[in-house]
Amino acid sequence: MTTLPQSGTQVPANNTPKKPPVNVLGGLLTALTYLLTFLFFFPILWMVMAAFKTEAQAFQTPPVFVFTPILDNFRVAFERYFPALLNSLGAAFGSTILAFILGLPAAFALAFYTTPRSRSVLTWMLSTKFMPAVGVIVPLYLLFTNLHLLDTLPGLILMYTTMNLPLVVWMMHSYMTEIPYAIFEAARVDGASVWREFFGMALPLSLPGISATALLAVIFAWNEAFFALNLTTSDAAPLSVFIGSFKTGEGLFWAQMSAAAVLTVFPVIVFGWIAQRQLVRGLSFGAVK
Amino acid sequence: MKSLAALLTTALALGSAQAASTITVATVNNPDMVTMQKLTPEFNKLYPDINVKWVVLPENELRQKITLDVASGAGSFDVATVGAYEVPIWAKNGWLDPLTPAFAKNPDIAKSYNVSDLIPGVRNALTVGGQLYAVPFYAESSMTFYNKDLFKKAGVTMPVNPTWTQIESFAAKINDPKNGTYGICLRGLPGWGENMAVFSTVMNTFGGRWFDNNWQPQLNSAAWKNAMTFYVNVIKKYGPPGATSNGFTENLTLMSQGKCGMWVDATVAAGLLSDPASSKIVNTVGFANAPTGPGTTRGNHWYWSWNLAIPKSSKQEDAAFKFITWATSKDYIALVAKTKGSWASVPPGTRTSTYTNAQYRKAAGAFSSLVQKSISSADVTKATKDPVPYTGIQYVAIPEFQALGTQVGQYLAGAISGQTTVDQALAQAQAAAQKVAKDGGYQK
Amino acid sequence: MTAVPMTATPPKPKQGFKLTPAALIWPAMLYLILTTQVPFFMTVYYSFFRWNLQAPTPVHPFVGFENYVGLLTDPQNLHIILNTLQLTAGTLIITLVLGASLALLLNRPFAGRALLRTILISSFLVMPVVTAVIWKNMLLNPIFGFFSWFVQLFGGTPIDYLSAHPMGTIIAMVTWEWTPFAMLILLTGLQSLPDDQIEAARLDGANTWQEFRYVVLPHWTQALEVVILLETINVLQVYGEIFASTSGGPGIATTNLPFSVYQRLLQEGNVGVGSAAGVITVVLTNVLAIFMLRLINRNTQVGGH
Repeated sequence: MTTLPQSGTQVPANNTPKKPPVNVLGGLLTALTYLLTFLFFFPILWMVMAAFKTEAQAFQTPPVFVFTPILDNFRVAFERYFPALLNSLGAAFGSTILAFILGLPAAFALAFYTTPRSRSVLTWMLSTKFMPAVGVIVPLYLLFTNLHLLDTLPGLILMYTTMNLPLVVWMMHSYMTEIPYAIFEAARVDGASVWREFFGMALPLSLPGISATALLAVIFAWNEAFFALNLTTSDAAPLSVFIGSFKTGEGLFWAQMSAAAVLTVFPVIVFGWIAQRQLVRGLSFGAVK
Repeated sequence: MKSLAALLTTALALGSAQAASTITVATVNNPDMVTMQKLTPEFNKLYPDINVKWVVLPENELRQKITLDVASGAGSFDVATVGAYEVPIWAKNGWLDPLTPAFAKNPDIAKSYNVSDLIPGVRNALTVGGQLYAVPFYAESSMTFYNKDLFKKAGVTMPVNPTWTQIESFAAKINDPKNGTYGICLRGLPGWGENMAVFSTVMNTFGGRWFDNNWQPQLNSAAWKNAMTFYVNVIKKYGPPGATSNGFTENLTLMSQGKCGMWVDATVAAGLLSDPASSKIVNTVGFANAPTGPGTTRGNHWYWSWNLAIPKSSKQEDAAFKFITWATSKDYIALVAKTKGSWASVPPGTRTSTYTNAQYRKAAGAFSSLVQKSISSADVTKATKDPVPYTGIQYVAIPEFQALGTQVGQYLAGAISGQTTVDQALAQAQAAAQKVAKDGGYQK
Repeated sequence: MTAVPMTATPPKPKQGFKLTPAALIWPAMLYLILTTQVPFFMTVYYSFFRWNLQAPTPVHPFVGFENYVGLLTDPQNLHIILNTLQLTAGTLIITLVLGASLALLLNRPFAGRALLRTILISSFLVMPVVTAVIWKNMLLNPIFGFFSWFVQLFGGTPIDYLSAHPMGTIIAMVTWEWTPFAMLILLTGLQSLPDDQIEAARLDGANTWQEFRYVVLPHWTQALEVVILLETINVLQVYGEIFASTSGGPGIATTNLPFSVYQRLLQEGNVGVGSAAGVITVVLTNVLAIFMLRLINRNTQVGGH
């Protein structure tokens, strides 16, 4: 399972006399890593398996490991799936884009035009994220009713943007402060406008940070359930509401619930798997360097 | 803007019968409601001009959402699924459209619907000030389910009218945790509609009540203490582990897998336990009345119904009325029987005609008469030994009860899990009830 | 955020620019003010009235600080605050230890490393409500759950985790969700650690612990801050996991601040008391937020250039 250590982060195997013990230890550590990963993944695996079982198999004891997979649960779950999927996509990506349109310029100004107030502005923005959503739901509901935003995708995007905007400003700010200042100095001497500095230089240089931050913003918006449950009913209901509709007070539907859950988390897991490289690359320069 | 739209809709509806309207129906994901959703095309055969949009939410979320919506007049729903507890409260709040005028306006529907066919107790629970405010989709009471195999093995027999003392002795004999079977399964999951529903029936029949006629809370009375001590002990000694996580669904799972000797819960479970698709005890499940206690025979089985109502904020009252009268009609019940291929799976408890139907009696023979008797004998106005100023068997029909019941349910769960003693739980519960009686302005 | 602040001060933007830096910040500021402060001040306003959604009265009587006094004199609320802190601190500590261990393990070169990292992040992507449903029913159920079967396999007696260790169980669920996040951020931090620093430490004869303590840990400061900040924000507001598993019980063992606000506001429909509880929650979390942001700002410079 192990390969020879290649980088300097590991004791170089070729010039240490303790080669065999290190390899045994390395093997053990690798095995431990595999084990831990399996343990962390197991609940998801178990859910996916349940989704292909019959209801009776799903809660059978001792648990069933080998069975003939069936698709019936998915057939039921698919009935209401696609409108909710579209709403989730719209809300997650719509709010992320809007948060960037608003947040990128702010992050840029806070990073490159520091004033004595910059720190408090940044702190204040971040502090809005500490406000529990449940504390403001009644006024929001009343405002949404009056503004005809209830059960609309724009309404949901509006709230998710609020949720993600401080994150975008904060992450992009820390990323942009890493851009060497000298680049801008030359441009300013040439009389470049703020506009050009932003679009011509800061933006292209921040792309890895943008994709990392966007990934987080999409994940948070995708998994949000509270605003979704309270501010949408049917037309704009995203997947977090769809999954709620499978909860039942009467009856045994573990398998069907699992199928709906698989459909709900599948898109974001695949998205996360594909995009996680960008996350690492973006973070390693900005917030985490 | 709103009124213009309403005016326009009315004008269109008057102008042409083909003008399409869309109604939004809010409901829960219970099996009977799932059937209703599936039968929407049948509704559209009768009313092609009404589009039906479904909003399906878990029970608690549904209740909150409709409350917020109706209280703020947002008007997101045209038909709401409302529990027996809320109908009188919401009617008094002026949140629901009275249906009596609508029946008067639509004599054809009134004739085929035949309100007098609704079981009287069910109808009364939905009537406020002489006006009907909701129509019943299905009604339920509570009863005792038991596993005949386990009873035989333990050498005991279940009487038709068991007492809680008998239940406890049966549970002791059946309980066999080593082999994964438990004497009795009861709800421990906190919530006014969860553990408190079952516990309140125990408390009633032990001779207790929530409030006396002066709205003085009675949770520190001997009856409450006896009832809670009994409930906590029987679960601790003969119940499955993790009872405080078990509500209706969890216990249904346990019972249907043959893990429980007995289970006292909603009558709807009778049909589910008889369904081979999810139950392993189809042939061994037995039915009996809900147990009675040492205090009184009153209030030992509850009354609950899920009903369809039209929120005041709806702008599609006509279409909504057509929908609710369709979904609770005699024809609908027959339609379910036809589509499902079995009369046993029709929504129960609402109409006398269902129980006089020979096919239904045949299909649901094992439990139908027991269920019918339970539902029709459950009296929301006479549920306690001593007089009370409220209505309701497993609830107190005041708006504050949801919160109070859930809070007391949490204390009960705390006692079951051993985090507090029964005395501590009751002291906390009494304080909570006192606060409600005082803050709500009930005490004179 | 640079560890070494840049010394260059930016020139004042030239006069006559159409696009000034302030104009870049204002849209975001204005947006946040409108969507967070307006509803918040409405909440503050409601908190001075007696208003129950379930019992509508034409006029909601003004009751001054009554709702606040009621909340602050209820001894249960101290318990709820402590629950919130326990949940947040517990999750934070465990995710940091587990995340750091996993990051160190994954920083070693071995076959399948990228694959494991990819698989490991999955639990971070699962919706909280789904997490609670899987854990409660399919894993932790004392009779049908996978864990109890597993425990019995080795002759143990299954425990009812949700009632025996309610808070521990919630912490376990939230930890399961957030450990991958900590791992990923800390791993990123490790990978940007220059090799020569470790080489130098080794040449000085440092053992593995010393290497970790004096090279890795100082380098991790920023990554740790990111993890702590983002996790605190999110874990303080945990709601879905509690809602779908314990409903705050048994008793009030797993009721945290947001959940208690939810109970008062939406379960009871008590807008007055619920709003007051919401205001108190906002004040408390903001005190914590300011304290934390201060702590972080002390080490790093906000506003780099």
